[in-house]
Amino acid sequence: MSKATSGASIELTNVTKSYPGQPQAAVENFSMSINPGELIMLVGPSGCGKTTTMKMINRIIEPTSGSIKIDGEDVLSLDQNLLRRRIGYVIQQIGLFPHMTIAENISVVPKLLGWDKDKTASRVEELLSLVELDPSRFANRYPKQLSGGQQQRVGVARALAADPPVMLMDEPFGATDPITREKLQDEFLRLQANIGKTIVFVTHDFDEAIKLGDRIAVLSERSQIEQFDTPANILAKPSSAYVSSFIGQGAALKRLALIPVSQAKLGPAQSGSGLSVGVVENLREALDHIVLNGGSPVPVVAADGRAVGSISVENISNALGADVTSLSGLKAE
Amino acid sequence: MDYDLGLVLPFLVKKFDEILELSGEHVLVVLISLSIAAVIGVGTGLLVWEKPVARSAAVATAGIILTIPSMALLTILIPILGLGWASTVFALSIYSLLPIVRNTVVGLREVDPAVIESARGMGMSKLTVLLKIQLPIAWPVILTGLRVAAQLSVGIAAIAAYVAGPGMGAYIFKGLSMLGAANALNFALTGTVVIVIIALSFDAVFILINRLTTSRGIRV
Repeated sequence: MSKATSGASIELTNVTKSYPGQPQAAVENFSMSINPGELIMLVGPSGCGKTTTMKMINRIIEPTSGSIKIDGEDVLSLDQNLLRRRIGYVIQQIGLFPHMTIAENISVVPKLLGWDKDKTASRVEELLSLVELDPSRFANRYPKQLSGGQQQRVGVARALAADPPVMLMDEPFGATDPITREKLQDEFLRLQANIGKTIVFVTHDFDEAIKLGDRIAVLSERSQIEQFDTPANILAKPSSAYVSSFIGQGAALKRLALIPVSQAKLGPAQSGSGLSVGVVENLREALDHIVLNGGSPVPVVAADGRAVGSISVENISNALGADVTSLSGLKAE
Repeated sequence: MDYDLGLVLPFLVKKFDEILELSGEHVLVVLISLSIAAVIGVGTGLLVWEKPVARSAAVATAGIILTIPSMALLTILIPILGLGWASTVFALSIYSLLPIVRNTVVGLREVDPAVIESARGMGMSKLTVLLKIQLPIAWPVILTGLRVAAQLSVGIAAIAAYVAGPGMGAYIFKGLSMLGAANALNFALTGTVVIVIIALSFDAVFILINRLTTSRGIRV
């Protein structure tokens, strides 16, 4: 792995959770190996056990059997509270403490760990800046004085407070409106690129999983892993009808969003019609521009605005490795 | 009967020390009872709030106690605790339980489960969560329970004079027993007005305590 990481590895082996009086286990024989710094998405329908699986890692829910190791250390043998102070935890409802200021909320774990005042205060400031909230404006406010998106940022900052190697996130952006959600997701990706935590992220939104995940585990009932692979591989080669149905319509379009224009083989540069697409943009955006351009190829420009080529529907479908003939039939030549 | 208002002032002047002493007793007996009820009531609330059966039982029991007429309860207490302070403190304490138990239960139940989960998820022990998260968030509601209990006690304490209890109730009963005499109304009125003043003062103190001890983040 090339990106910077402060994360730890997580190893789940044959983890099972069953509740007395229930015919089948909530999670059965779940095994997964997570690399340091990886962002793993657990995705599946509600009730499939994805949240239960995640909550066993910090023992909010105690596994019935199996083993969970973080950096080789068996979490079931550790003191619950000490373990949790080393694992960031973000839930959908955020759960900020309403009677504490933002700064106090973020200071909770550092205080539990016995940090001194100066270190805690400077950490609070650093984290608020990291999640793009001005410390001088927000540190002394109370949660009720913040918008939903701002509260969610504080939730993430609070979970990061003691620089834990592992983060657990349970639909953290689920309760926000679509525009805020997209913004939070983008910010979160930028943040993760810098901090490189090992993150287990639960969502029922497959598009969110594609956008954020390094790898996605598609889960069915009892938290059975249907497929565990990179977003691109899952979109290209869904392992079963179940996974395909979960991907839903438009798998090709979803894949396009993962591929930068620079990866496509471009056509010759041509003088543009005004519309152009940057090399750093993705193929979905390129296709969007082509559609707006009446189906004709669109110039591709480098960061400095220089035209480096053009992109057509064929170029895009080639990059995707799709059956070009069927696609090109749709295009008026 | 004619009432000569001109006689009120000399009465107050003459009885000033006694009024002060009885008022002091009144406040003291309420404070003692309230403290006992607070310990028992909040303690009970903490024990039962999460258990549906125990919770209903506790609130219902405290509710039934409150329906016992105070005069009847005090009469029953005489052979057991005798006349005076003990019976009064006992009666006031158990009457205070309902608002305190109920508000403790309600206050704790109102704490968002997500807040508790995130506190536990951050590595706080159960006791720490209770002391640092649940109680501070439930505090304004619990405090309101104490405030209602205080109001209740100030009023019922007046009746405790019937069993020779402490406080301003003595003046009211004295007035009643000498009806027709020159000072009867002076006694009754003074007793009543002072008790109202005590009740209002308790209220003011509770408002102040609420201001000083409730986080700005959860003030409504």
